[in-house]
Amino acid sequence: MIPSAKFRRFLGEAGELSAFAGRFFSQAPRPRFEWEELARQCYTIGYRSFPLVGLTGFIMGLVLTMQLRPSLVSYGVDSQLPVMVGVAIVREIGPVITALIFAGKIGSSIGAELGSMRVTEQIDAMEVSGTNPFKYLVVTRVVAATLMLPVLVILSDAISLYGAYIGVNIRSVTSFSLFFRQIFDSLSFGDVLPAFIKTFLFGFAVGMVGSHQGYHSSKGTEGVGRSANSSVVISSILIFIIDLVVVQVTDLLGLN
Amino acid sequence: MEPVIVIEHLCKRFGPNIVLDDFNLVVRPEENVVVLGKSGVGKSVLIKCIIGLLRPDSGRVSVLGQNVPDLGHDELDRLRAKVGFLFQSNALYDSMTVRKNLEFPLRRHWIEISQDKVDAMVMEALENVGLAHTIDEMPEELSGGMRKRIALARTLILKPEIILYDEPTTGLDPVTGKEISTLIVEIRKKYHTSSIIISHDMHCVKLVSDRIAVLVNGKCHAQGTYEELGSSTDREVKQFFE
Repeated sequence: MIPSAKFRRFLGEAGELSAFAGRFFSQAPRPRFEWEELARQCYTIGYRSFPLVGLTGFIMGLVLTMQLRPSLVSYGVDSQLPVMVGVAIVREIGPVITALIFAGKIGSSIGAELGSMRVTEQIDAMEVSGTNPFKYLVVTRVVAATLMLPVLVILSDAISLYGAYIGVNIRSVTSFSLFFRQIFDSLSFGDVLPAFIKTFLFGFAVGMVGSHQGYHSSKGTEGVGRSANSSVVISSILIFIIDLVVVQVTDLLGLN
Repeated sequence: MEPVIVIEHLCKRFGPNIVLDDFNLVVRPEENVVVLGKSGVGKSVLIKCIIGLLRPDSGRVSVLGQNVPDLGHDELDRLRAKVGFLFQSNALYDSMTVRKNLEFPLRRHWIEISQDKVDAMVMEALENVGLAHTIDEMPEELSGGMRKRIALARTLILKPEIILYDEPTTGLDPVTGKEISTLIVEIRKKYHTSSIIISHDMHCVKLVSDRIAVLVNGKCHAQGTYEELGSSTDREVKQFFE
């Protein structure tokens, strides 16, 4: 059976993305290291994403608590609300939702920025100027996204749990220390470590897909828009695939 | 004197589309050669092959005695320091100030220059194009003509022996276009550069060209001075001068 054109295009894209990732691993460890640009990207990707990630984290914790309460009350286990919310946020919802927001904000921004640099010949100009544009533009953005997403997830989780604390206190009264003691007592090493590790993979995927789409952008402004759009779509799908794989692996390792 | 650029039997195709087909051209020291041709005939492809941004399918592209397709990364980088390239879109880095844009070509790892010297070089390049006061501005704050001049200043910062201009006056009003053309002539006079200028702005062509090569169907169809080609009866050549 001959594969359809769409399937062949998908395989082609996947192959190109893998080759792009291979190029990243071969070039990233070699000097010259673009420390200044890396620091600038960490600031842009990490610090500037914090307000959005913090706000959504807070709302996520608050809403999740308010939505879960009626079900737990009907079973008479509403005292377990902090534990349920805490485990859900730390293990799954915090990393995945933050990564999806990150993909929307940072993936699209990297795709559009590099795409626009490609179509306005800035990447060619960089090459002519004796700077390796792959190292300067791609390596710095991918490394910054990989390092900054875990930091954002930790902050988002913390704010989310605070939102959950407020959510719990809307209908009942729980002290701050009791609420957090309940959460931390229920969390184990196997809850935190896999969740933390997968955030690095999510960050890498978002940085890599955004850079790949932007770096190979073509067809003028239309192509830039397409790069930004496909950066978000592809990295969002990859986030779920990575999540699925990590859950399976941690399950096999007995960490669940 | 030895030619600075020698292009022999250059061929380049993109899929089934043959862009350059046995193209030949020689550029001598301190000569301004204009490559004239309709849009989409491969003029930009030609100069991208010269600077090593595109790899030819076959043929020889010798720049300052070195065959560009044979060069390794470091050798190509060293050669590129002697060849300036003015992009059609200016290609200014829009996230950087004018100063940072001009400093960018000086980042080469094998170039060691003190910050004082860098500052002096940036200022000299900006004074050459009459825009020293824009040093701390962002490219988006400048007009089209000013952006073109800044791009030219960036091209000049390493005092190249050869400059490749990709449609330097496209998108500019006639007055600014003439200013840029005059600047190209002045740069040649001041720095003794050789140039290939891609253009179909005949006012610019008349002002800057020592010789014109007409690119038709991927080949160098005709060559001569502005006056020689202006009096040509060849239909392909004549249409540019009508």
